[in-house]
Amino acid sequence: MMTNPVGRITQGQFSFLAELSDAEISLQIEYGLRKGYAWSVEYTDDPHPRNTYWEMFGMPMFDLKDAAGVLQELNHCRQTFPSHYIRLLAFDATRGVESIAMSFIVNRPAKEAGFGLNRQEGPGRTLRYTVHSYATDRPEGERQQD
Amino acid sequence: MNAPLYSFPGQSGAAARGAEPTDSAAPAEPAAPVAPALRTVSAVLAQSQAGLGLEDLERDLVGLGPVKARIRDIAALLVIDKLRANFALQAQAPNLHMCFTGNPGTGKTTVALRMAEILHRLGYVRKGHLVAVTRDDLVGQYIGHTAPKTREVLKRAMGGVLFIDEAYYLYRPENERDYGQEAIEILLQVMENQRQDLVVILAGYKDRMDTFFRCNPGLSSRIAHHVDFPDYSNGELLLIADQMLAIQNYQFGPGARAAFAQYLARRIKQPHFANARSVRNALDRCRLRQASRLFVDPQREFTAAELSTIAEADVRASRVFHSGPEPSTESST
Repeated sequence: MMTNPVGRITQGQFSFLAELSDAEISLQIEYGLRKGYAWSVEYTDDPHPRNTYWEMFGMPMFDLKDAAGVLQELNHCRQTFPSHYIRLLAFDATRGVESIAMSFIVNRPAKEAGFGLNRQEGPGRTLRYTVHSYATDRPEGERQQD
Repeated sequence: MNAPLYSFPGQSGAAARGAEPTDSAAPAEPAAPVAPALRTVSAVLAQSQAGLGLEDLERDLVGLGPVKARIRDIAALLVIDKLRANFALQAQAPNLHMCFTGNPGTGKTTVALRMAEILHRLGYVRKGHLVAVTRDDLVGQYIGHTAPKTREVLKRAMGGVLFIDEAYYLYRPENERDYGQEAIEILLQVMENQRQDLVVILAGYKDRMDTFFRCNPGLSSRIAHHVDFPDYSNGELLLIADQMLAIQNYQFGPGARAAFAQYLARRIKQPHFANARSVRNALDRCRLRQASRLFVDPQREFTAAELSTIAEADVRASRVFHSGPEPSTESST
């Protein structure tokens, strides 16, 4: 996309920064655990911005005390899906909040396919715009090959 | 051609350098504050407050001489390791997995809790919480159920101590399709590879743990500390009773302590004696009898001393004094 000349998708926290190292990820997880959030790992091969619900990798991790457990699950997911998008979510179960409090991408394919802008002509010279993810041009399972 | 006018931190491309010419001229990062070098044992203890933990252990737990000695040894090793680290005498992370064996009620769980606290003060576990589990929490009921279950427990225990009570139940030799073996293998892997993340303490009765380790030699060799909890002597049990009553704001009345000593002497000879746990149950029953003794006087005004005193009669009413050597279970009075 034109607003993102390096071609990295920018979703969630820290996405304009360089890749977080495992130590930095641990610090973020620690912060979330201190706030009482439950972490979970999700992955997808279709990073369209409207694709809100990614696939869950295992259950959300409640009752954890230390970042090592979450990191272990994340590394397990990285082994299983080395070239998928993987993100960490922190769920805040506080009554009245009950939603995702933190979310950031921790793994992305070496070459990100990016997005195209589709224009559709409507009646009376109106134009409808939609964003199209090039990743989905290929069938599922072959999307993140290169 | 369309080089961005900004750069990502940490990115070392030509564009990044062109966009931020001041980057190389930036002053060097201030040196990290140097921690005061620890040279003496007391310096390490002052920093970690572990000495305090050991004294508490000595004061709060009655008896258990060999256990306390072993815990002191472990704490000493950890402190000396810290001193060695100052001289760059690198030793690999010590193997702290432990096995507590002993009869019921000898304080295995209590000591495990204290152990978590001591290890946390010395900085060998990051959070110092204790996750107590049994076979049911680790082993699943059908194929493919065990591994996620065990992993979840391990994740919860990360940064603390995983206490597996009645660990010998994990392995059931009579059923070769039992899933316990799977849990043991996952446990072994984590005990070996993530030593810095968690400490595993297995607990169980001596003879059954010995059988368990004979069947799983890999597990036995990965546990550095096999600690045996001795039974309490009569005097120690009486001291424990004193402590328990003091914690609950009760006290023995005249003659009651001697009566309780006699009670213990008789109770020990009976089957199903569970050391400190039996003492607690006996005291609970004394409290019941004391309460019903006071209850029959609806009009009387009680003093604080009366409400907190266990009389000799309350102890003497126990069935242990009336019945002969007939077998009595833990639930008997």
